[in-house]
Amino acid sequence: MEEKDIYSELSSIRNLMERSSKFISLSGLSGIMAGIYALIGAFIGYRIVYNGYGGLRYRSNYINEPEVLWQLTFVAIAVLILSLVTGIWLTIRQANKKGEKFWNPVSKRLLVNMAIPLSTGGLFILILLSRGDYGTIASACLIFYGLALIAGSHYTFSDVKWLGFGQIVLGLLAALFPGYGIVFWTIGFGVLHILYGSIMHFKYNQ
Amino acid sequence: MKISLDSFDKAFENRLRLQIMSVLAANDYYDFNALKELLNATDGNLASHLKALEKEEYITVNKSFIGRKPNTQYTASSKGIHAFKKHLEALENLIKQQKR
Repeated sequence: MEEKDIYSELSSIRNLMERSSKFISLSGLSGIMAGIYALIGAFIGYRIVYNGYGGLRYRSNYINEPEVLWQLTFVAIAVLILSLVTGIWLTIRQANKKGEKFWNPVSKRLLVNMAIPLSTGGLFILILLSRGDYGTIASACLIFYGLALIAGSHYTFSDVKWLGFGQIVLGLLAALFPGYGIVFWTIGFGVLHILYGSIMHFKYNQ
Repeated sequence: MKISLDSFDKAFENRLRLQIMSVLAANDYYDFNALKELLNATDGNLASHLKALEKEEYITVNKSFIGRKPNTQYTASSKGIHAFKKHLEALENLIKQQKR
């Protein structure tokens, strides 16, 4: 056995251990796009609630009016679907580029592990909605999303964990300052996603 | 420079076996089809090397069915993990010796 064979053997082992246990086709670009959708959604949501008045004036609309609530829910669902579709599409493209399968044991484990906190959070938020606890919804979104990211981070880039911590901290702050939910929501889903997506894009995609 | 292979585990002399062991060391379990895809191996080749590792008691096999399709999962045994680490150490030691 030659010396360079040993090197190639060791690097192939490392590569296999990483590739078999981590899903490395996540696209940074999809994070940036999700962030942009969230910013647009937050802006539209803000306009719906404040109806064109500045934040300093007396509010003419409140979120407990059914019509406003439906509009906000529609915006939120649109943002979610757009982010998911873009994310899945970009990730499949990335996986193809790397010559890997998009649907493999690791991506399955990643999704299962994220699904537990996400579905718990989703149900929790539905309960909050039905009880009219609108003030804590933004906080719950951020906290459960952060927990899902941390749970998933074992099966992908470890950077995802830091995004998760960021979301949880913002979620807790949002709970401390009720009424500013949209501010924390925008920072978490908009700014943090764009920041994280750009870091990932330049770190791994280049 | 040729290096003697005395300190290496004979079970890992084959590259595919070492690759199988790397994957199983990094994961709780892996199934046959996923291994085949990841390692780009043929059915027969992969099966025979898995059998060899099983014979050494380096891996354990768990057969089950998903619906009517057989699903075979492989797990590295503690003996296998130990042997794998030993083998890696031997490789690293060799590199260190070369640098001296």
